Amino acid sequence: MKTNSHLVEVKNLVKYFPLLAGVMRRKIADIKAVDNVSFNIKQGEVLGLVGESGCGKTTVGRCVLRLYDITAGNIYFQGKDITTIQGEELRKLRRDMQLIFQDPYASLNPRMTIGDIIGEPLQVHNLVTDKEYKRKIAELMELVELEPRMVDRYPHEFSGGQRQRIGIARALATRPKFIVCDEPVSALDVSIQAQVIKLLKQLKEELGLTYLFIAHDLSVVRYISDRVVVMYLGKVVETADSEELYDHPLHPYTQALLSAVPIPCPEVDRQRKRILLTGDVPSPLFPPRGCRFHTRCRLAKTECREREPEIKDLGNEHLVACHLV
Amino acid sequence: MVEKLLEVKNLRTYFYIREGVLRAVDGLSYSANKGEFVALVGESACGKSVSALSIMRLIPYPPGIIVGGEIIFEGRDLLKLSEEEMRSIRGNRIAMVFQEPMTSLNPVLTIGRQLAESLELHRGLMKEEALEEASKLLKLVGIPDAERRLNDYPYQFSGGMQQRIMIAMALSCNPALLIADEPTTSVDVTVQAQLMELMNNLRTQFGMSVILITHNLGVVARYADRVNVMYAGRLVESGLTDTIYSQPRHPYTVGLIASVPRLDLPRERPLYVIPGLPPDLVRLPTNICAFAPRCKFAISKCTEQKPELEQVGTEHYVACFRHEEVPALTELECER
Repeated sequence: MKTNSHLVEVKNLVKYFPLLAGVMRRKIADIKAVDNVSFNIKQGEVLGLVGESGCGKTTVGRCVLRLYDITAGNIYFQGKDITTIQGEELRKLRRDMQLIFQDPYASLNPRMTIGDIIGEPLQVHNLVTDKEYKRKIAELMELVELEPRMVDRYPHEFSGGQRQRIGIARALATRPKFIVCDEPVSALDVSIQAQVIKLLKQLKEELGLTYLFIAHDLSVVRYISDRVVVMYLGKVVETADSEELYDHPLHPYTQALLSAVPIPCPEVDRQRKRILLTGDVPSPLFPPRGCRFHTRCRLAKTECREREPEIKDLGNEHLVACHLV
Repeated sequence: MVEKLLEVKNLRTYFYIREGVLRAVDGLSYSANKGEFVALVGESACGKSVSALSIMRLIPYPPGIIVGGEIIFEGRDLLKLSEEEMRSIRGNRIAMVFQEPMTSLNPVLTIGRQLAESLELHRGLMKEEALEEASKLLKLVGIPDAERRLNDYPYQFSGGMQQRIMIAMALSCNPALLIADEPTTSVDVTVQAQLMELMNNLRTQFGMSVILITHNLGVVARYADRVNVMYAGRLVESGLTDTIYSQPRHPYTVGLIASVPRLDLPRERPLYVIPGLPPDLVRLPTNICAFAPRCKFAISKCTEQKPELEQVGTEHYVACFRHEEVPALTELECER
């Protein structure tokens, strides 16, 4: 059944976090962070995952990497079911999948030199001999355009952009095939963002990587991704080729999300149609019945309040979950 | 006739720290007309927030101190006022909204109490009246069920709602000037759109001026009348929004605008990358163009002299020795 061109496949992924209360820490409810999400990532592709805070996009990334135990569903990596693998097998798998974090200030150990930070995965996985160790670190630093002579410095001596480069070098140390980039540029300044985006793109080409690129900035996601998945409150609402999604968004949520992004050009921006959403995202503890977006949707009908929309395939890899499409 | 509400003239705010003198704001001049929406754009540590705190005279001393300049507001120099006089302006005539609403609100007081407090203090209202007024303000900023929610604590509101409360608080004394320091940085895009729309509507409704401090060039393009671009504590370019976006003349402005991916342009358009890092303001020599080390068009003059703001068009000012050549140079760079 599995075609080889899919590096990662996620099938009906569900992740609930228990909400505990009282002295006995009894479970009183489920936080439905991710609820029945499916997508796949082709070899060499960048798949963008967008949505607002609390939509479950980070949780999806962590589930795919097996950093969380999932509640239900399956995850396949290179055609193999990795949903429940444990121990040595999982440890080996970790070499192939890595993570780049959002906050370059919180994700680096302040007491380690950057050489040790970048080299740690090499030691953990026993990938190099002591002799090669130093050379390998210098190589990785060059790869991310850091000067190798800075190897003995500590994280606090670096700026945000440079720290993000350190994080990228560390992720690349085990020569992974697949990297989850979780908001890798949102903590950076505009001019530094462009530098890091360019670096990520370049590395992808050079090393033949596959990314799951999680971000809330739609213009950045469009720029780097081949295909994009839009999430709302734990569900996928739309998936399409990058150009297609931005040119012909079909789900009312995607449309609103896109129109909320101002374009840095006054003439163009003035002519755009704006859809202003009202209210906030509901709590994932008590998601609305029916379509989860209906409480904020300007087009909602009775059907939307009662029945959850199925994901429809419109061909051309464009999938939408909306009754009105 | 346009009336000037605020004029910042050659403002200099320094911080005396162990490593030396940090010139956070070093010769900043700009103005805001009555009812105008002015944007102050720049990246972290360019001095944009410090310049706002200087207007409010809220620079922590030590280590910070306003060493020079004038801040003319409604005809008076704020820097010459006594602390007492300043207190009658702060929060009253000039109000401020900060980036993180959660850290600006008191977590152990109800929203009603916090709103009423400023109304009692600044407008001399009685307790009952203040609460009534507070609920009106909450309605004004679009908080549903306002009366009941007066008894809620800050944590019971979402980030967007908290920022609405901050805006309500800022508006409580009907200020002439609202300074918003990165008000939407910590919220989602759909909420950002709501908040910006709200602020802009209130501005027209009350005839306030707004100074928006931000790094988001999209938001600036959508709302601002006038844009001031800051780099290393001073302005590098200033002008009307349409001018700045259609004919930027400073290499930093050009780079900043071209380095953001745009939804309306083809995906394949390569991103422009400004090389290098922002300067260390303690070690930066004061007699050169601060942007020169990162500038693709820098010539020897740029590291020998400091360029001053020069008028290059209607209300358009640039501080660059090569401003005349910049449009042609950028075109060459883009083709490459």
